[in-house]
Amino acid sequence: MTTLFLGMTLFLAFLTIVPVLRIVRGPTIYDRALGVGLIGTNTILLLVLIGFIYDRVDMFVDLAIAYAILNFVGIVVVAKYLERRQERS
Amino acid sequence: MIDIVAMALVFCGLFFVLVSSLGLIRLPDFYTRSHALGKSDTLGSILVLGGLALYAGLTLPSFKLLLILAFVALGNPTATHALARAAIRSRHEMWSPEIGAETE
Repeated sequence: MTTLFLGMTLFLAFLTIVPVLRIVRGPTIYDRALGVGLIGTNTILLLVLIGFIYDRVDMFVDLAIAYAILNFVGIVVVAKYLERRQERS
Repeated sequence: MIDIVAMALVFCGLFFVLVSSLGLIRLPDFYTRSHALGKSDTLGSILVLGGLALYAGLTLPSFKLLLILAFVALGNPTATHALARAAIRSRHEMWSPEIGAETE
């Protein structure tokens, strides 16, 4: 079972390289914010899976809770700033 | 038996995360890409977290996993909506097939 979790973690880790392509290439800033949100969601899943590999689920689940909140607040703050900046200019 | 169902849920969730990542590259416009992120990626996260909570059994970390699931299920579409609303307010134009190029 640990090898299955390890395979899934490696697969998800390689899948996190894909939004970096969108961050580098995306023509507007909204595309880049979208890529950051996807990296954040993938990191939450990766943290929980690593907790299952190391058999210390409780610690890594607490980390995942904190990261989920940070990810959500980060995207909303960036969106609000972009809205205000357009309104002012 | 519960383990097989939990692993099947996690595999389905990883498939949806793969589809969402591919959509982020291939779709032509910001608004279509926010569809891929707000809907499909949220569903993949729900399935993975639900499968792992089922695998962990009836313990306290499993309850915390369900809390993360509820937060991601509510928060991810809200954040995507906030981003798309900022783009609409800035009059970011939409893609149409006559333009032909990949973006804008």
